[in-house]
Amino acid sequence: MSSAANRYPVHLKALIYGFITLWVIMAAFPFFWTLWGSFKVELDFFSIADWTNALTGKNTFDTYGYPLTDTGYVGAWIQEEFWRSAINTSIVCFFVVCTSLTIGTLGGYALSRSGFRYTFWLLITALIFRAMPPITLVSGYLLPFFEWNLWGILPTTIIVLVAINQPFTLWMLHSFFQSIPKDLDESAKVDGCTQFQAFRFVIIPVMWPGVITTGLFSFLLAYNDFAVTSMLLSDENRTMVPKIAAFLGTTYTEGNVMFAVAAVVSATAPLFILVMFFQRRIVSGLTAGAVKG
Amino acid sequence: MKHSTFFWFFLPTGLAMLLFIAFPLVSVVLQSVHTPHEAVLVTVENCGPFGCKHETTIDQDATRALRDAEPLGRFVGLDIYFDRGHLAIAEVREAWVTSENWSGFFNIIGNLPFYRAMAFTLTFTFTVTPVLIILGLMIALGVNALSEKIKGLVIFVSLLPMIVTPLIGSLILFWMIDSRGILGNAIQWLAADPDLSLKASTGLTWLMLIVYGVWHSAPFAFVVFYAGLQTLPMDQIESARIDGASRWEQVRYVIVPHLMPLITFVALIQLMDNFRVFEPIVGFNAEAHAQSLSWIIFNDLGGETRQLSAAATSSMLTIFGVAILLSPVLWRTWQDFKGKS
Repeated sequence: MSSAANRYPVHLKALIYGFITLWVIMAAFPFFWTLWGSFKVELDFFSIADWTNALTGKNTFDTYGYPLTDTGYVGAWIQEEFWRSAINTSIVCFFVVCTSLTIGTLGGYALSRSGFRYTFWLLITALIFRAMPPITLVSGYLLPFFEWNLWGILPTTIIVLVAINQPFTLWMLHSFFQSIPKDLDESAKVDGCTQFQAFRFVIIPVMWPGVITTGLFSFLLAYNDFAVTSMLLSDENRTMVPKIAAFLGTTYTEGNVMFAVAAVVSATAPLFILVMFFQRRIVSGLTAGAVKG
Repeated sequence: MKHSTFFWFFLPTGLAMLLFIAFPLVSVVLQSVHTPHEAVLVTVENCGPFGCKHETTIDQDATRALRDAEPLGRFVGLDIYFDRGHLAIAEVREAWVTSENWSGFFNIIGNLPFYRAMAFTLTFTFTVTPVLIILGLMIALGVNALSEKIKGLVIFVSLLPMIVTPLIGSLILFWMIDSRGILGNAIQWLAADPDLSLKASTGLTWLMLIVYGVWHSAPFAFVVFYAGLQTLPMDQIESARIDGASRWEQVRYVIVPHLMPLITFVALIQLMDNFRVFEPIVGFNAEAHAQSLSWIIFNDLGGETRQLSAAATSSMLTIFGVAILLSPVLWRTWQDFKGKS
């Protein structure tokens, strides 16, 4: 493509670079603005008098003698116990990703290796489940969970998120396993392996790229979920996203918006790191579905 | 693979989906045709020195016993579907009869919660999807023309709006667009109206949510189209150029047709995903002006009252809407399958 790119006339090139710069600003500026503002006092973050206060931190300097302050973070993490939510989120994400990948790999592998007609119907069912908004299922969970005293605890939420995650995981891994030649495990079976042994010794060593990509998306689903976690977790078991939503209810009245801002920045940081390290995998995962579909 | 082997491989994931998707779905269907028991009333005759009085009180024990025996409540058929909070059949019929023109009719309909949510959900879905496809295509074409050195950085930055939690993303934009935030300030300055607040008007709130929706989903379209551009047949571009096609014509007649399957894919996925719009409404604190179907469910479920039946009915109607949007996808998959076998 570089040779084609060189042929762009100057004015078109300027237009392209201008447009992309605009998009990059649109995409990135809000995050950096909020990151910078999270170290300020509320009067600077929301500046009525003069918007440059948000950059220079005039009121922050007046209050703390330095243009940056960590009071938002201290308030959110210690006073409002955001650390508890962070731990809960880690637990939920870890177990959701592990469980979802374990059972998803088995299922996806079976779907890709069985030629019977029912695999098609199972995949179609999974597609329908994938299309349903998770919130529509929540009213179905509440009554049984209340009856059996399962409501409000982390394990219940983990299992629910795993189940909601399965349709997507199955589709993704199904198409991934189909790209692994069938001859591999067929020849292992000819050599006397059972299907499970063939899976264990031949497929598992070569499946990691696809599994890691799928795992990333499972992680994002668990990390980003708001509808299910806010409805199924009790106050003390809240994960980060519903906790931030709860901040909005309480802190707006107390005038501690900066707690919520600090919490938002804290919850975004892991995602930044994730994209930084796994950019290629995320891109390939997004396109894998498209090429299949 | 043998049936029995398949069964054991598929059992864990199948069980998870059966127990936590299929059964809850059945439970939602059942709840949507039941309503909580009314309290059991008993009438007691109280005779005092001034004559006898009938007193009606709630029989707490009997009520509790009844509710424990049948936790689902009593069967009401499709009543909840037709009540004021949902399809509002009676209200719609009355509006049809009484209103003299279309605008009057739509005015009344627009005040019914379900139709109001439907109006926003559909407007959102069918504005955001085309706009994000066009924007995504423009970014993909632009990034494709950049030099290799900065492509990686641009892709990294482009992924951020999509990866970040929807609630968090909308909060970040909401704080900037607040009348005291930097964008809010800038808009006030541009409009020369110091009292302008995007939160105060319905139209501007919808616009704000739509802008958020495009910002959030355009990266997905961009990534998919960008991958598609890597497989572009260079000889076709070349021959189009030799035939004198301008750059715009090359895009219009070679690149877009080449990407058409991907455009359809993105459109179908995004129609379904945008139909469930929910977090931005919470994040932007926009309940007063914009409600979506998902938000109605969430609102019914939350709080002290937890109106399960109402939420279940809204859920069923939402699933029905998703089913309509999903049907072309299913049809295509079915065609593919028939073509293969």
